[in-house]
Amino acid sequence: MFDIFKKKHESTKLDQPLSWAERLKAGLARTRDTLNTPISELLRGGKIDDALYEELESLLLMADCGVAATQALLEEVRSQVSRSALKDATALRSALRQAMTALLAPLEQPLDTRSHTPFVIMLVGVNGAGKTTTIGKLAWKLQHEGKSVLVAAGDTFRAAAREQLEAWGARNNVHVVASTGGDPAAVIFDAVNSAKAKGIDVVIADTAGRLPTQLNLMEEIKKIRRVIGKALPGAPHEVLLVLDANTGQNAVMQVKAFDDALKVTGLVLTKLDGTAKGGVIAAIAKTRPIPVRYIGVGEQIEDLQPFRAAEFSEALFA
Amino acid sequence: MLENLTGRLQQVIKQLRGQARLTEDNIQDALREVRMALLEADVALPVVRDFIAHVKERALGRDVLQSLTPGQAFIQVVYEELTALMGGQNTALNLATVPPAVILMAGLQGSGKTTSSAKLARLLKQQKKKVLLASADVYRPAAIEQLKTLAAQLQTDFFPSDRGQKPRDIARAALDHARRHFHDVLIFDTAGRLAIDEAMMAEIKELHGLLQPVETLFVVDAMTGQDAVNSAKAFSEALPLTGVILTKLDGDARGGAALSVRHVTGAPLKYIGVSEKMDGLEPFHPERMASRILGMGDVLSLIEQAQKNVDLEEAKKLADKVKSGKAFDLEDFKMQIRQMRDMGGMGAFMDKLPIQMAQAAGKVNPEEGDRALRRIEGIINAMTPAERRNPDIIKASRKRRIAAGAGVQVQEVNRLLNQFEEMQKMMKMLSKGGLGKLMRAMQGRFPGWGR
Repeated sequence: MFDIFKKKHESTKLDQPLSWAERLKAGLARTRDTLNTPISELLRGGKIDDALYEELESLLLMADCGVAATQALLEEVRSQVSRSALKDATALRSALRQAMTALLAPLEQPLDTRSHTPFVIMLVGVNGAGKTTTIGKLAWKLQHEGKSVLVAAGDTFRAAAREQLEAWGARNNVHVVASTGGDPAAVIFDAVNSAKAKGIDVVIADTAGRLPTQLNLMEEIKKIRRVIGKALPGAPHEVLLVLDANTGQNAVMQVKAFDDALKVTGLVLTKLDGTAKGGVIAAIAKTRPIPVRYIGVGEQIEDLQPFRAAEFSEALFA
Repeated sequence: MLENLTGRLQQVIKQLRGQARLTEDNIQDALREVRMALLEADVALPVVRDFIAHVKERALGRDVLQSLTPGQAFIQVVYEELTALMGGQNTALNLATVPPAVILMAGLQGSGKTTSSAKLARLLKQQKKKVLLASADVYRPAAIEQLKTLAAQLQTDFFPSDRGQKPRDIARAALDHARRHFHDVLIFDTAGRLAIDEAMMAEIKELHGLLQPVETLFVVDAMTGQDAVNSAKAFSEALPLTGVILTKLDGDARGGAALSVRHVTGAPLKYIGVSEKMDGLEPFHPERMASRILGMGDVLSLIEQAQKNVDLEEAKKLADKVKSGKAFDLEDFKMQIRQMRDMGGMGAFMDKLPIQMAQAAGKVNPEEGDRALRRIEGIINAMTPAERRNPDIIKASRKRRIAAGAGVQVQEVNRLLNQFEEMQKMMKMLSKGGLGKLMRAMQGRFPGWGR
């Protein structure tokens, strides 16, 4: 697997300074460091003992995998050991990696916007998760694939959220539908109608950040979803929940709450370029397996990449 | 916000009942539960380990006093350690310097720096300080406009800057402006940055050198996971942090990051963000947070909030009335409902009650409770003053009129009158003394709390 994208990287070197795999690896470097170094040290002995399990448990926990997912993953390798399928620590390590890949594999389903025209994407998430930034990257990406994109500035609450999108839209030549203050549902309704009239391929709707405990705001966003459905039956075709990779176990609660309210169809994991591990995806895979459409691995506009389970866990454990 | 951790610890404690002494054996399970609970609350693993070791050391061999159960003794140790870990006493902002006192805000992207800057400005303005807000976030589009808009909302001075400028030039100019216009405080917002971004960390170090802030506040999201230790460590190595603001605590995050950040930086937690609104910044009280985690409830905060929002005059009038044994009428009932709402509604109220009480009341959705309260208020509003003072005169025809006026069914008017009668009885009990008696009587009989 690794060799494959090394080659790919070399071939694409000319038009891109860094391949996505490199970016991802760079982004996840910290994760790898914490996961890798202590394991390798431990593995030098090569013996499988309690200390090894404990260390592995710590590493998974510190990657935000959560207690339940960590125990499940360790349970799996433990049973393999007792069946003496695993002889030494190195084998155990690769078994753990495989278990992680297997856990994440169902989440690997890329977003396909070709099914409807216009294809309506609605972005939701807590405050500061990176919704507006993700919209910028996503619109750029879709435009790069030759699609026409319209962005609806549905965050009418946060000061200057609209200006943030407009400033960005002007620079990247994307039409942004906005109105001062007012009802977010109305703004998005207008955007969907205008996209229908103009034959736009993809509509991306921004919404204000909200915490799932703010029940009135959760009601509001349900209404937004309903109103989009009125503008275009069957829409929104994709409800993306944006998660900050820095978030701990609360991400699981967020997924549950937003999914219960809106039927989330995909996740975006942002800010993976920091020291955060993003292991909470494992906990999510365990409790509410919703596809991870994209991961954000940097601040540059091209740093939004499709999620690939094998590469993600490879980079996590490499 | 920390109910889950609280609930877990309550479970642990139950298992410890009936033991005479805390021993290695009997606290093993309890410690394991505490460890799990803390991990699930996103307290960073190294911090958890440290904490558990401390608790174990202090708990072992402790004789259980006659007045305490072993569970209580264990809780006491956990409570003391938690309080110690969160920093003992509440530390206020230290602005004692030659004005302008500079407050520098730092943190990761999306942690809530800009919102917190504005909230802090509002708080200081209430303390009669002349505040200047400035932003050096030249990276995120419209970040400066965001602060500008918030400053305008708060009617606070804002130092204009734009994205073409260098952060260091903005810092110099803002400081100069604050000096010349005799501002007491300059709150300087910065761009969110990753701790591993060396160029950006160098930039904020430079800003710190230029501004010489008396307070350097690290803003951290309460939902942060294990990585809180890494970013907090990196920031505290780059900057001499003097305090921490924990944001988004109104979510259902368990807030374990508070422990991690405090442990790593050593800087005290000064404020917590509890709402999107501008007044949603409260001083952080470590001892309260600890007692809250342990299910003792945040009664102190509640009292403070009550003092802030409840009209003391009115409250006194009611108290006098109760004391003098006069009838408690629907006007008083309505006033109470309004005061409850002013304190942030049922949700905010229940959040701060001790766990046992909150659980008793907690079977109801606070949102529904609030709605019920609003309805009750509506029904009372549809009554004439005479009816409010003397509900006994409300018979069938009046009930129909009131129901029509409030837009409800007659049954709801009946229900309200029944609830009111209960309430009247309770008030009588209260006037005869005995809060305990009242609490027992209250079980399930509070307006709107289940029926």
